[in-house]
Amino acid sequence: MWNSASEFFAMGGYALYVWCSFGLGALILILEPLTVRIRNKTIILRLKQELLAEQFDKESRQ
Amino acid sequence: MNALLTMVKRDLLLVMRRKSEALTALFFFVVVTSLFPLGIGADAALLRKIAPGIIWVAALLSTLLGLQRMFAADYADGTLEQLVLSPQPLVLLVTGKIIAHWIVCGLPLVLLAPVIGLQFDLDSSSLYVLMATLFLGTPVLSLLGSIGAALTLGVRGGSLLMSLLILPLYIPVLIFGAGAVYANSVGLNTSGHFSLLGALLILALAFVPWVSTAAVKIAIE
Amino acid sequence: MSQVNNFSNNRLVNWFKLSSPSTFYPLAGKLIPFFWALTALFGVAGLWVSFFVAPVDAVQGQGYRIIFIHVPTSWMSMFIYIVMAFWAALGLIFNTRLSAMMAQALAPIGAWMAFLSLWTGAFWGKPMWGAWWVWDARLTSELILLFLYLGFIALQASIDNARRADKAGAILALVGVVNVPVIYFSVKWWNTLHQGASISLTKAPAMAQTMLLGMLLMALCFWMYTIAVALMRVRTIILEREAHTDWVRQLDEVKN
Repeated sequence: MWNSASEFFAMGGYALYVWCSFGLGALILILEPLTVRIRNKTIILRLKQELLAEQFDKESRQ
Repeated sequence: MNALLTMVKRDLLLVMRRKSEALTALFFFVVVTSLFPLGIGADAALLRKIAPGIIWVAALLSTLLGLQRMFAADYADGTLEQLVLSPQPLVLLVTGKIIAHWIVCGLPLVLLAPVIGLQFDLDSSSLYVLMATLFLGTPVLSLLGSIGAALTLGVRGGSLLMSLLILPLYIPVLIFGAGAVYANSVGLNTSGHFSLLGALLILALAFVPWVSTAAVKIAIE
Repeated sequence: MSQVNNFSNNRLVNWFKLSSPSTFYPLAGKLIPFFWALTALFGVAGLWVSFFVAPVDAVQGQGYRIIFIHVPTSWMSMFIYIVMAFWAALGLIFNTRLSAMMAQALAPIGAWMAFLSLWTGAFWGKPMWGAWWVWDARLTSELILLFLYLGFIALQASIDNARRADKAGAILALVGVVNVPVIYFSVKWWNTLHQGASISLTKAPAMAQTMLLGMLLMALCFWMYTIAVALMRVRTIILEREAHTDWVRQLDEVKN
């Protein structure tokens, strides 16, 4: 269908529109899971700190 | 039924003690509608065309202003909790509050709209249609608004959030209401618009009081 | 404590057991890679069909290929809203926390889908019909759907009490799901009344089989993506809300 790579990227003149659409789509599909992972790591870090704090509390009381 | 009427009377009495609150919403309505010609220009033909939309949007915004008073004051001083605990069905009490809100916020808009319409040089039949659509539409606005008011009780930034939540729900009323006035001004039949507005009102009356009651209970517990 | 579950004698117990965050958490963890694999599979297949199989359009040239992302995201934004409202309703009826957490996890994904639908719609409209935005029924309804999503997210974010946020959000989602058809119908009515854009974005080109296949594959890709990210996010929400329970403290991730 496409005679060359440059023809593919040119998209018959509609390059800006097609690639901005698919581009943003790809961006969102990558960034959203990454933000979820960051949020996940944050909560796990917080939980670890809480656990450590409790252990410290317990040990210091013994 | 008695509970409902008592609730209406109570809310009206409270408003009468602080009339300024009710009047500010009305004043807002008048001011907002006056802003548009100032912003757009005094071209009579253009104003006649945009009048239905402007008056309706101003009605929406004024209703939103008044909604903050529906539950918030009672929530703050603990009265709402007592109402929830009372042996009267909460649905009746909530409906009473909605009716009182409409009498204070909606009905004055219906009465004031023709005056504003004259400012925009609407012809007399359009003025009648405007009043009629507002008469059917403002109860729906009060009803739908009560859901937003109940959901955002006691929430930080609640009034702005409430507006954000309710305005999308207001869109059908706006479309049919303003559309009817516009249709009338260009000579089209408005019966379809009125049937739809009536349908919205009946549906809202049938379902919304229960939804708002559930929302109030969630806010209280 | 062992007699707490009154449904232990019939099949219902399996479902209610699944609604316990401690049971669901590890199960979701196992499912996530599976759904990412499906996302990649359908994505590759969909993009292949979109760019290398579907023929060029007679009227719109190569630019029409945007429908392969515009239409699936529109479908997904509406589908996710219904699913979100479904979980919210379950949470309200059965008083299960996890159902509400699932609704909370789905909302941002749906909002992004709606946003992407509007964005791609604008980028499709500009070259084809000369304007970045037209007030046609579909686009306008999509915009309102985005507002509904944002309202849901904002409401849940602003209520401190988690259970109250769940229930309030559930009511909002249900009111929204009932209103979406009403809003769509009224916007369509409004569109015809004011004789808006004479060319409607909804008039898609006569669908070749391959075009439909492309849209379907991309839709499946987005669907698998939605499930994967929703499971990821709901696991995070579970950790945040169940932080003080024993089973969370015993998790491998936390103890090491």
